[in-house]
This record gives sequence, structure tokens and C-alpha cells, in this order.
Amino acid sequence: MTSHRRPIRWHIGIFLAPAVLVYSAFMIFPLFGTLQLSLFTTSEQQTSFVGLDNFRILFGDPRWSGAFWNALVNNVWFFVIHMLVQNPLGILIAAVLSNPKLRLRGFYRSAIFLPTIMSFVIVGFAWKLILSPLWGIAPDMLKAVGLKFLFAPYLGKEEYALTTLALISVWQYVGIPMMLIYAALLSIPQEVIEAGEVEGVTGFAAFWKIKLPLILPAIGIISILTFVGNFNAFDLVYAAQGALAGPNYATDILGTFLYRTFFGFQMQLGDPNMGAAVAMIMFLIILTGVCIYLFGIQMRMTRYQL
Amino acid sequence: MRRVRHTVPNVLLAHVALAAYTVIALFPIFIIIINSFKTRKAIFRDPLALPGPENFSLVGFETVFRQGDFFLYMQNSLIVTVASLFFILLFGAMAGFALAEYRFKGNTLMALYLAIGIMIPIRLGTISILEIMVATNLVNTLTALVLVYIAQGLPLAIFILSEFMRQVSDDLKNAGRIDGLSEYRIFFVLVLPLVRPALATVAVFNMIPIWNDLWFPLILAPGEATKTLTLGSQVFIGQFVTDWNAVLSALSMAMFPVLVLYLIFSKQLIRGITSGAVK
Repeated sequence: MTSHRRPIRWHIGIFLAPAVLVYSAFMIFPLFGTLQLSLFTTSEQQTSFVGLDNFRILFGDPRWSGAFWNALVNNVWFFVIHMLVQNPLGILIAAVLSNPKLRLRGFYRSAIFLPTIMSFVIVGFAWKLILSPLWGIAPDMLKAVGLKFLFAPYLGKEEYALTTLALISVWQYVGIPMMLIYAALLSIPQEVIEAGEVEGVTGFAAFWKIKLPLILPAIGIISILTFVGNFNAFDLVYAAQGALAGPNYATDILGTFLYRTFFGFQMQLGDPNMGAAVAMIMFLIILTGVCIYLFGIQMRMTRYQL
Repeated sequence: MRRVRHTVPNVLLAHVALAAYTVIALFPIFIIIINSFKTRKAIFRDPLALPGPENFSLVGFETVFRQGDFFLYMQNSLIVTVASLFFILLFGAMAGFALAEYRFKGNTLMALYLAIGIMIPIRLGTISILEIMVATNLVNTLTALVLVYIAQGLPLAIFILSEFMRQVSDDLKNAGRIDGLSEYRIFFVLVLPLVRPALATVAVFNMIPIWNDLWFPLILAPGEATKTLTLGSQVFIGQFVTDWNAVLSALSMAMFPVLVLYLIFSKQLIRGITSGAVK
């Protein structure tokens, strides 16, 4: 027995230790810390356990629930726009790009991907200036094509601001689905496409009937990436509209709501416990999405592939 | 013949569509840069005109250099990004090696534990992270940012690097063992150089989100001495909203390093994304 026992392999621990320590201390532990904070309340420097009261307040108390549901509904709309515009557009560009006979592919790809590497601060302000009625680039250009009547101060109007911001974010991030779908399209074996051609399936039909089903796993990946990114978004709204997510909270999403709840803003005092509750709701939303993806979509897909 | 007749207009159509979208993608960036070199009058009277001798002006950049400490911000961003990348690569490669190379109790469990962070954003723990930083006196230090970014980058780095390390030949490592190399030397001398392409991919992946992050600098290090370029430009632009020259110049200044990095690394980045997706 003892002769078979290997000595303790210290090097495994040493290889793992730095990563596990930093990751546990700043990623896992804070998640639990936030969960714990969300179950307490602080008044006059006394911390007391309140169970799920913070969540009840968030969902139902008139002082909080209006702002919370507004942010949640806005966030859902923000995500819907991305799913309806960003991902189909990305797939379309990738499909056009994947034609192997096309020249300048590398150039188009790099150019269309360029906005993706810019920070939200740059993108938010750049579009704010371009859409500003003061500067007049957007109205002048619409006038040039005879569509002047379409212009409105999009970021300043409650009814358009959120959709406009979502479209700006689409403009910035369309490069990611484009790139992932492009790679998936390139990995389709040539024989499959040729077999379709022999059967007379070419052009658009080939894309719809042969390629699209084969890139479904990639579409699953871009959908979950979009979901996580959107329900965790903050920077663009903060940069373009400020922490108050104006006009009149029309562009408030969970990220900006969390920021204001936690830090306070203007008249409102910051409340770490309520902030933690908001963060936990975001965590549950993202976790639900990820679980649906992992157990519902990805597993079924591998089964079909086999 | 039928085939030729069909492909030529198709390719033309593809070019028209892609060129149109390329214009949409690049136009806002282009318009910001050209206007940052123009006089205030020219910015408003003729926003689409290129800067020329009659409307050229650097007054915006002068305001930026006088009022904002952009070189300090850039230096901070550079320190944070480089330090974070270094530790993500080092710690990530070490952990990835341990997971790929050794069979030990809890290996799979450890891999799963380290993978949670791939999908769950670290931002959700911000409130607790700030408490930790306050307790350890790290608020308003670049160290706080580096620690958070290491934790943020590690999960994906470990995942990618351990995949690559599984492909390194066992014969090579065993030959090293027979020659009496320690496990540490096998890792640093034999394995690490072989996974350089994977290291580059991980570095390029992590570089952009760290450089562009606004959330953690805003919360953990908003002090004047520790502002990153992203936060610095945000604050600067917020203060100079009405000074269009200054705002446009600040935006151009903030774009510049990213554009340079993209010109250098775009091939690497695109190859990384596409090779990762195939898997």
C-alpha cells in the first residue's frame, strides 16, 4: 500500500494557487458577499437581517418599484432590439462576406469590426454629437436625401431615446456576431455545399436550407453573449445620457439603476443593501439565461449533431 | 455560362452592400477626427469638410492639454492594462497547465469552478468588491483595478490555455522529466513557449475590455491621480460639453491609442475570434 502512494505533488497546488486565490477573492467571494448584503438592511449604523424584504420593496413598494420595473422593461426592450437588429444584420454581413470569390474581404471585415473596439464613452459621445440638433450633421444629411422630416432630437425625446441608444449599441457591436458567424460559415465543409449544388440548391436557398441549420450553434452563442452583455450594460447609457438616464429615466436600464441605487444621485442617498438586491436580480436574470442556453439549447444541439 | 452571368452581378451587389455598411461603420469615427482639427466656425458651418489651410485649428487639442492630464490618464491605462494582462497570462497559464497536465482529485470540479466567471459578469459583485477595497485601503489605487481585471480575465484565459496545453506532446514533457527537469521547468521552459499563439490570443481578447472599461475605474479609482483614459475622457467631456473643439479633440485623443493597437493587432484579434468560434 504505502509503496504505491505517491508523494504529495506540491507543484499542482503551486500552479493553481495564484489563479484560484485572486479569482476566489475578487469574483466568487464578492458574489456571495453581495447576496448576503441583499438580505440585510442598515439604518442608523445598525445592520439587521431582513430576509427577502429588500426584494419585496423593490418589486412592490411605490418608492422603488416604479423605477425598478421601468429599468427592467427598458432593459428587455434593449435586448429585443439587439436580437432583432444586431444578430440578423451580423448574420447577413457574414453571409455576404463568406463568399470566397469576393475581394477585399479582409478590409471590409476589419472596417466593420472597428467600432467594436472603441470604448462606449467615445461611441456614446460621438453619436450624441452627430445626432445633436445643434451641430446639424444628421439633419443636413437627411435633408440631402429629402428626408428632413424624419429628423428629431432622437436622444432627447422620451419615446425615441432608448431605441436610439440600442441602435447605437447595435452599430458598435454588430462586429461580434458578424465575426463568429463568419467563422462558423467558413467551417462548413465544402462537400456539403457541393452536394446541395448537385441537388440544385444554390444561392439563397442554399443559405437558408443548408448553411443556416449548420450555424445554429454559433447563433446560440451570439444570442447568449448578447443576453449577458445587455443585462449587464451600463457604460453607453452613462456616457451618452448620464447617471440619470434621461430624458426622464427613459433610457434607464438595470446597470444604471444599480449605479444610482448603490451610490445615490442628487437628492437620493446611496443604499448598498438595496444596490445589492438589484445586483442579485441581475445575477438571477443572467443565470437563468445562461442555464436556458446551457441545458436547453446547447445540449439539444449536440444531440442533433450526433 | 449561366453561372458566370449570375455571379458577376452578385459580387457587385455584395460589394455595394459591404461598402455601404463600411461607410456607416466608419463615418462617425471619421467625422469626429476631421472636425477635431477645425476651427469652431468650420465645425458648425461645414461639418463634412476636410480640414484645410483656411479652417485648420488645434485650439481643441490645446484646451485638452492645458485642462486635462491626458498623458497621466494614458499612462494609468497603460499600466493597468499591461499589468493585468501579464498576471492573467501568468496565472492563467499556470492554472491551465495544472488542469491539463495532472490528474488529481477534484480536477473537473476545479475546472468547473474556474469556468463560472466566463458567463457571470464580475460587475455583479461590485458592491462587495468596493467593501473589500475599502477594508484593504486599495480604493483609488491602480492595484485595485489590476486585481479586479485579473479575476475578470482568468476564467476564459484558463479555459483557452488548458485546451491548448492538452495538445502539447507528452513525449516532450516526459523526455524533460527523464532529463531530470522539475515540473516548474517543464512548464516554463518546454510548454510555455509552445503555446505562445494561444497566449497572444488571450492577451488580445482581454486588452480591449480592460482598456475600455468605465465601470470599475468610476467606482474603484475615480481619483485624479488614478483616472484611466476612458474615465478621464468621460469626465473631461462632461465638463467641457459646450466647448466643441475640446470635446472633439478629447474624443480623437481617446480614439488614437485604440486605433493604433487595432492596426497592429487586428489580424491576431480576428484570427483569435474566428479560431475560438470554430471550436
